[in-house]
Amino acid sequence: MTAIFRREIKSYFVTPLGYVFIGVCQIFSGAFFFFFTLTSNDADMGSVDFSPMFSLMFFVLMVTIPLLTMRLLSEERRARTDQLTLTAPVSLAGLVTAKFAAAYSIFLISMAIMPVYGIVLSQYTDALNWFTLLGHMTGIILLGAVYTSAGLFVSSLTENQMVAAILSVFLNIGLLLTNIAASYAGVGFLADALRSLSLLERYERFTIGMFELESVLFFISVVAVFLFLTVRILERRRWA
Amino acid sequence: MIEVKNLTKNYGNNKAVDNISFTAEKGSILGFLGPNGAGKSTTMNILTGYISSSGGRAMLDGVDVLENPIAAKRKIGYLPEHPPVYGDMTVEEYLRFVYALKKAKLPRNSHLNEICELVKITDMRRRLIRNLSKGYKQRVGLAQALVGNPPILILDEPTVGLDPKQIIEIRSLVKKLGKNHTVILSSHILPEVQAVCDKIVIINKGKIVADDTAGSLSEHLGSSSTKVVLRVEGKATEIEKLLSGVKDVVKVFTGAVIEPPDVREYHVESKPDTDIRREVFRRLANRNYPVLMMRSNELSLEEIFLRLTAGDVIDELKGGKA
Repeated sequence: MTAIFRREIKSYFVTPLGYVFIGVCQIFSGAFFFFFTLTSNDADMGSVDFSPMFSLMFFVLMVTIPLLTMRLLSEERRARTDQLTLTAPVSLAGLVTAKFAAAYSIFLISMAIMPVYGIVLSQYTDALNWFTLLGHMTGIILLGAVYTSAGLFVSSLTENQMVAAILSVFLNIGLLLTNIAASYAGVGFLADALRSLSLLERYERFTIGMFELESVLFFISVVAVFLFLTVRILERRRWA
Repeated sequence: MIEVKNLTKNYGNNKAVDNISFTAEKGSILGFLGPNGAGKSTTMNILTGYISSSGGRAMLDGVDVLENPIAAKRKIGYLPEHPPVYGDMTVEEYLRFVYALKKAKLPRNSHLNEICELVKITDMRRRLIRNLSKGYKQRVGLAQALVGNPPILILDEPTVGLDPKQIIEIRSLVKKLGKNHTVILSSHILPEVQAVCDKIVIINKGKIVADDTAGSLSEHLGSSSTKVVLRVEGKATEIEKLLSGVKDVVKVFTGAVIEPPDVREYHVESKPDTDIRREVFRRLANRNYPVLMMRSNELSLEEIFLRLTAGDVIDELKGGKA
């Protein structure tokens, strides 16, 4: 399991993929931070509001994390290296966990810039609330886990990494749609149910600084479901 | 030791492997022979736990692949049809990765050195696998199977893509490994199996059509008649008459002219377990017909194979015409 984890991490930096992902995340978060937090509102006052940056990152990650996960399982199948990993004394759950952990680690590396924004801002104002920022970061880290597991799941469905990337983006958009569906459902039980399944809804509560244990558990459960489904797909292929 | 009992694999209504059983003893090499698409790779993929069977059992040293996959996989070194190598790694990195993946216990550096020497890739260890030739990729694949020194080796067409010199090297390596491992080797190259294996299982369309040692296979099927092939210079009708007169001869076929003016090939069939070569030589020599070539034609594995699968070939030809 650690062998697979280490191999995956390494392969992100043998190809440009890891660098590109980290770079793109820095560019977008940096630009959002600059335009919507540092230089927004009244120029002389500045702002301590990180929420525009974090809510926009929702959409950036929706498209960029699939780049990180697209080849995790599809490429193994195409190159038939899965005949090595699946015949090695490693459980499927171990394999899937290792792949997830590798992609997620790259994502976490790219998120390590977030506290730096806090430090930058604290040079200009005393009004910065570190707990709010921590709440934002918890939200984005959980969101990243959901997208990573969803991407890994899609990667197990196909041999083609481009197809995997595109399908992952669609799946992420699909996860977003529950929110829109909820708004059409009006009020009542159905709307509540849809809204409680909505990633955006829950994520935005983090971006306005609400820290709810319920939402944390929700994100973790979604990750667990996707990882479980991935294992099932691999298992099913064996029986097909 | 490998025991396979009534193994079946269905893909929809298509039976890729149909109720096959065989055993391979420890310290022996079992050859798995069959045309392309016969079910060789499918069987090997089941044995290694890559895919599951639809029915039947596969036991590796007493461990059921289905019931206890991880323990079974620990016993196997597997070289699939396409070597499972990562192009973006160097040979060294790759072997270290496999070493960690298999949780091998042997001292790493000396173990890997030994394997690289064995399959002759020591000079390639720093090269990216992507840049290696097919033959070297194949060897890296073989090296991967040997990591951790598993008691059972399953090699799916290990000599594909190698040049003749490498083929001979790999064959002798497999032979050497067969002394203290249980080896299953698949191939569609018949002389290869004949040269390397102690026991041969011939499979066609998912079914076992023969299961025996190489020698006794040809004995069984060859016993129907003995054949001598001759190349003689002289008048065809007279030579044919001469050959037909030899004791025990059943049939004489006269071939077309090979070298003008009249060197021809003659196929002489005689009763089982008879040797007519000396008598044939004397008669032809007496009449001054030069014998340019003579060989007794024991049934080669190739012919056995064609005989065993002939029914299908004929069916296919008929099907093609209809």
